[in-house]
Amino acid sequence: MTAKTIFDKLWEQHVVAGNEGEPQLLYIDLHVIHEVTSPQAFQGLRDAGRRVRRVDLTYGTLDHNVPTKDIFNIQDLISKKQIDTFTKNVKEFGVPAETHGGKGQGIVHMVAPESGRTQPGKTIVCGDSHTATNGAFGAIAFGIGTSEVEHVLATQTLWQVKPKRMKIEFIGHPQKGVYSKDFILALIAKYGVDAGVGYAVEYTGEAVDDLSMEERMTICNMSIEFGAKIGLMNPDEKTYDYVKGRDYAPKDFDKAVSNWKNLVSDPDATYDKVLTLDVNQLKPMVTWGTNPGMGLEFGETFPEIKDNINYERAYNYMDLKPGQVASDIELGYVFIGSCTNARLGDLQEAAKFVKGKHVADGLTAIVVPGSRPVKTAAETEGLDKIFIEAGFEWREPGCSACLGMNPDQIPEYVHCASTSNRNFEGRQGHNARTHLCSPAMAAAAAIAGKFVDVRNLVTD
Amino acid sequence: MEKFTVYKGTTVPLMNDNIDTDQIIPKQFLKSIDKKGFGKNLFYEWRYQKDYDENPDFILNYPEYQTASLLISGDNFGSGSSREHAAWALSDYGFRAIIAGSYSDIFYNNSLKNGLLPITQPRNVLEQLAGLSSQEQISIDLPHQFIQTSVGEFHFDIDPIWKDKLINGLDDIGITLQYEKEIQQYEQQHK
Repeated sequence: MTAKTIFDKLWEQHVVAGNEGEPQLLYIDLHVIHEVTSPQAFQGLRDAGRRVRRVDLTYGTLDHNVPTKDIFNIQDLISKKQIDTFTKNVKEFGVPAETHGGKGQGIVHMVAPESGRTQPGKTIVCGDSHTATNGAFGAIAFGIGTSEVEHVLATQTLWQVKPKRMKIEFIGHPQKGVYSKDFILALIAKYGVDAGVGYAVEYTGEAVDDLSMEERMTICNMSIEFGAKIGLMNPDEKTYDYVKGRDYAPKDFDKAVSNWKNLVSDPDATYDKVLTLDVNQLKPMVTWGTNPGMGLEFGETFPEIKDNINYERAYNYMDLKPGQVASDIELGYVFIGSCTNARLGDLQEAAKFVKGKHVADGLTAIVVPGSRPVKTAAETEGLDKIFIEAGFEWREPGCSACLGMNPDQIPEYVHCASTSNRNFEGRQGHNARTHLCSPAMAAAAAIAGKFVDVRNLVTD
Repeated sequence: MEKFTVYKGTTVPLMNDNIDTDQIIPKQFLKSIDKKGFGKNLFYEWRYQKDYDENPDFILNYPEYQTASLLISGDNFGSGSSREHAAWALSDYGFRAIIAGSYSDIFYNNSLKNGLLPITQPRNVLEQLAGLSSQEQISIDLPHQFIQTSVGEFHFDIDPIWKDKLINGLDDIGITLQYEKEIQQYEQQHK
């Protein structure tokens, strides 16, 4: 028998019809939905007189539009309509869903793992490009459009052409103050925002083995920023431990684990492409431009323009110039949140750089837990007090200023240190200027009023 | 879905790389619960100054490109967010095809689902197409998979199954429901 990657194994297990090399019909084990990309899909079902084929494999939450202050007082009537439409749709079609403000509600890519629905071996889709987050568990997880949302609701399947296989090996052991967010930002900076197009990426290596599940999710989350819609990792004991005891964990857990143990890449499996990144000497990353690939290690000078319209445009938008460094950026805002970096571990790490200090004068800093379970757990530990005493705002869970579909937006021309995933033009607000970084870098920047090297601030 | 066979139209070049779907249709327009009406907000931040005042420096606003229905672009078009609203906005504006260096995987699927043909071409061809007169009608022949222009004929690739769906304007879900037996079998085996 030929050696296989985890991706090959999972793909083969889910093919309902079709041959490799052409669109194949894949069975979907978990479909997570939210209010933004589902309304037209439900309307499509309604127009065609169709039902949701497997409500038991479907799960909904509210995240993009929800306010993070005074959550039931939604001022934006169009947002309110979208939220109400979602609530009506899930009720009408019988889909289980978190309620607005309910105890399990949060960002779609946080609540699926937290509830235990995300498990090794599953195919998981959602109308959101950061669905690859779930790949950290050894699942094929990817983002889809609304037509595909409707297709999955109606048939529990999707037509997909099997992507090629890429292995990315993170070798070495990072210095204190360097995090998985830095790994993925460094990878994208080195190879480009389209390097993963057409590939399913498997992240491996000792540096990945050492990471917590939360840190692994951060890497898989940003697969799409590398161009890959699928990013996954081999499950291990940490994976099983994370799933164990959660509400929707398998009933016969030992049996499930014995199956999951087969879901790893064979040692001699081959890939269409292999890339490596040594994290031994990696420094904290900060982006200077308008896509996640326009990033540098802290202290490096911003690049020359050469003959590149993309760079010229990015410098104009960001009001920066070649030769500057990250510490030259005048920050006015810090956002700690998003499906990339608003898990409990992220908030714990950020809090270390905040405790007993105060946010710099004239700077606005907000912390938005990714989900209500994260918020509750953080408050149990007293993290909320650490942030509030330091002058941060402590908000209710949601997507928040990652893309600002709710009132949380970065003001025009203001530079923001952000733990989110995208620094696109206008992403966080009209003419807002986003700099992506780790939660530790964002927290330290809030205190200093500018980017500083967190490696010098690590105490433990 | 509108059928796509042979289409003639004029082009407009927008040659940046990595045009993300946040640029194609910004977040504030994702709150709609309809599929229609996105065209007027296509490239909103680039296309308008305040209150829908057209930005005269943006190429879509040049008088000679008002009737263009074929967009020429760079690499990695449609990257970022999975929002199908981007494909809806391009279609609703009047685009029938995009000719670019490459596409994000999700955008590629989204555009096919909406009868918006994503064609991939190498950089040298894109540069030739970007140099065409705004008046020139070029022809896109999907059945025979080529673009016909005054500067040459260019072949393009497309998966035969997707091609068939586009040419016939078929409803994807309708097709899949013909596989009901296979889906049921799969579900029986994986209980």
